[in-house]
Amino acid sequence: MTRKRGRGVAAVNYPTGMNLGGDPTQALVHSTPTGNFMVTVSSVDLGQGMKQILRQICAETLGVPSERVVVDTADSDTGPHCMGTFASRGTHRAGNAVIAAAREARGVMLEVAAEMLEVSTDDLETDGAGNIHVVGAPAKAVSVTDTALAAHFQKGRSISGRGMFLVPRSYPSPVDGAMKPATCYAHACTVAEVEVDVETGEVDVISLKNVYEIGRALNPRMVEQQLVGGAWMGISHAIYETTEPYYPQRDHRGVDFNEYLMPGPGNLPRTEVVVLERPAPDGPYGGKGPGEMCANAPIPAIANAIFDAVGVRIDTMPFTPEKILRALRGLEA
Amino acid sequence: MAKIPLHFILNGEERAEFVDSGATLLRLLRDKTGDLTAKSGCLQGTCGTCTVLVDGAPRLSCITLAEDCDGADVETVAGLAAHGQLHPLQHAVMEHFAAQCGFCTPGMLMAAKALFLTNPRPSREDVVEALSGNICRCTGYEPIIQAVLSAAQVMSASGPGAA
Amino acid sequence: MEIRKKYFADERNDDLKEIGQSRQRSDALGHVKGITPFYADRAIPGLLHIRMVRSPHHHARILGIDASRAERHPGVRRVITARDVPHNVYTVLSLINIGPEDEPVLAFDKVRWQGEPIVCIVADSERAAYEAAQLVQIAYEELPAVFDVEEALKPGAPLVNEYHGQNYYRYDSGESRKVILGDVEKGFAEADFILEQRYQASPIEQAPTETTGCVVVPDQNNRFTCYTGTQAVFFTLDNSSVILQVPGQQLHFVGGTAGGGFGGKVDCTTEPIAILASMLTGRPVSYIYNRYEEMQISSPRAAERIYLKDGVMKDGRIVARQVRCYVDSGAYSRHTPYGTQKAAAHFPGPYTIPNVRIDCYCVYTNRTPSSAMRGFGVTIGDFALEVQMDKLARLIGMDPLEFRFVNAYRDGDMKAHHQPTEGAALIECMQEAAEWADWPVDPRCMAMSSREPRRQP
Repeated sequence: MTRKRGRGVAAVNYPTGMNLGGDPTQALVHSTPTGNFMVTVSSVDLGQGMKQILRQICAETLGVPSERVVVDTADSDTGPHCMGTFASRGTHRAGNAVIAAAREARGVMLEVAAEMLEVSTDDLETDGAGNIHVVGAPAKAVSVTDTALAAHFQKGRSISGRGMFLVPRSYPSPVDGAMKPATCYAHACTVAEVEVDVETGEVDVISLKNVYEIGRALNPRMVEQQLVGGAWMGISHAIYETTEPYYPQRDHRGVDFNEYLMPGPGNLPRTEVVVLERPAPDGPYGGKGPGEMCANAPIPAIANAIFDAVGVRIDTMPFTPEKILRALRGLEA
Repeated sequence: MAKIPLHFILNGEERAEFVDSGATLLRLLRDKTGDLTAKSGCLQGTCGTCTVLVDGAPRLSCITLAEDCDGADVETVAGLAAHGQLHPLQHAVMEHFAAQCGFCTPGMLMAAKALFLTNPRPSREDVVEALSGNICRCTGYEPIIQAVLSAAQVMSASGPGAA
Repeated sequence: MEIRKKYFADERNDDLKEIGQSRQRSDALGHVKGITPFYADRAIPGLLHIRMVRSPHHHARILGIDASRAERHPGVRRVITARDVPHNVYTVLSLINIGPEDEPVLAFDKVRWQGEPIVCIVADSERAAYEAAQLVQIAYEELPAVFDVEEALKPGAPLVNEYHGQNYYRYDSGESRKVILGDVEKGFAEADFILEQRYQASPIEQAPTETTGCVVVPDQNNRFTCYTGTQAVFFTLDNSSVILQVPGQQLHFVGGTAGGGFGGKVDCTTEPIAILASMLTGRPVSYIYNRYEEMQISSPRAAERIYLKDGVMKDGRIVARQVRCYVDSGAYSRHTPYGTQKAAAHFPGPYTIPNVRIDCYCVYTNRTPSSAMRGFGVTIGDFALEVQMDKLARLIGMDPLEFRFVNAYRDGDMKAHHQPTEGAALIECMQEAAEWADWPVDPRCMAMSSREPRRQP
């Protein structure tokens, strides 16, 4: 039997945002004459799904279906400023800016509807399906489309809003480092199971059980995309990836996909994900940034599982077969 | 430099272009035909984002000479949706949330379509093998594998020749 | 994926119409049809192509540049060197007063890493640009180089970057970003056990399938439209404006759709030079990294070396933790001074430790400048911390998961950077993991709550 199994655990937290530089993002929301809504931002979608998430956040805040919201990003001629997509800040910062803009637009929309229905705005609610009605009296209603038409062509109102979310820069104390580096924290705990071949030093990750606490799963399928893909990247970082495998030497560099190793579709462990939600008080509908931290816990969990399996500590990333074999030989010696 | 005349079929339509000797099929598609669906990820045949079908077989268009495609039948993602109807593979990728940034998606779809042409009822191992030349950095592959398996089921249910 | 609603249910409103719903992504249809517009996905007639001549040396003085043969090469429209760049300083974080201006856009006096850009060829075809790049002759005087973060800090090490005057970034707190809570030496004196360990990670490439790049098109009114995969539109626009010394309103950036980024597309390395090439030629220009450039030229995740020293009690409490973290910035700063302080803020991990001393160093070496990547400033630290936690647990004979419960931070606990903990949920993640993975822990761990204040020992 040359293959030995082991399992390991790791637990981490992860900061949302880049408070140490000052962290602003803006958004604009406006209605078309027929009651569709444009969100204009300059935030970037890297594949994490920014466009769709901002759409849902805007729709929730306005009280309209998300199909009626279009997100336009990122054109510097039209989109107001955003620091950019990094530091797990996109959903949190841009989401909050969109909420602020959508709230202002909703306020105007309800004022117009209130005039049309001859009630007070306080008496109105949205049904999320495209109508505005009097609280407790769904029949006394006007559609968002008619409201927008009236605003444009009769009332002379612009159903629009401006949103700004700024986390002012935190300056670390030069004496003791006191600072506020982030706004909220996501959490994770991973249990990894591995099999190590003691003859070749190769590690197979058999399973990953990942528990992630992310504030709020704003769109669960998209959260799953991030978490599963991130866990894969964690495995990849743990046992395959580097541009300089013999740091600090600069030789044997991975210069392309022939030489830079990553697990392919044939190297996948059973990756399972459970999500907990403790809403962040300052997050958009409680959301935190889950996209970065999901890669972190699997790495040490795999390192600890390797130790559990074969009794060697690999304290240098990545955990290559060569390092494991050398460590095993050291153990024998 | 002498230009080489090419006559080929692109997604069912006849095309004629002049190309430079040494030009790749990827450049022919992107620069000459205006079909931008095949992506350029490595230009050395290692990432699969440029995968297209040439006479029904998957080809890395970044290392396929355009001049070798004279008379060939070339298919790209642009031809996947027939008569405005999405191909079952396209449906499945959406259904399974198997695309994030979307850059590898066209190549993945064409690699999967090539698989279906020779193997309409692939096993998981068959799918993994067919996709093993295509790199995805976002999803961790599992959703893509699931999407392809599910599309195969849909297609075998709707009868032979559906690919 | 499952969402376990039993945790923190009283803090949530689960009755929302759009939030919490798995709506289809608005970009999914474009993705499967292959029509999502990435920056290179525009048919632009007359497009010129850039190829960069890069340093073959890790550290060398540039004695002379002769590009005359390249200029005469058929298809070459323009050769750009440092003197053509209006403000030849790569600015990055200086816009928000963090990073120093320590990097030229195109090297002129020295090269400080292998791959540093020196001469930019703008040509009718990629092929012509490649060919001409081979014809540029640069005379160098090679200089000693340093590649290791600790070697770089030793007296007498080759000076990597004259701007700094030493091989580290000087924070207002000195040679390192410091975080100090309590008295770490007192903590070590009280501890039953002490464990000091060294951890190391090599650089990691973001490796998006779409490589870094942009396409610039001259627009009407002397404006230039830049289609880009940047992760930060205004960051890149503003930096380009400074480098090119043109008002920002002359620049129009269109982006927002990237074929993966993972932190690798925040450095605005291609846009300023591509816009300049477009200005100088009056033609549309593309500057797209090839795969080699993406893997070895674009900034990777920094290598880090971390020393952790812990004092722990037999009952499992960590009473002192000392961290020395050396982050390899490469030859220039880019975003690494920021990531290094982010690391300082992240240590000592999600645990409540009364005595902490953290020193994080941003170190310059003669390698590719490092920058942001998924988990910037955190990922490698988490690796070191969590392996160390495992070792500590075994040192005192405690289950590794239980050991984490004993030390897990809770609401109200003071963090090392002097902020009270809010919104903690580490304990609950571990409880769920213990239950789900069938990892038995002491019932007192399963009864803990992040919301219940810690009893002072």
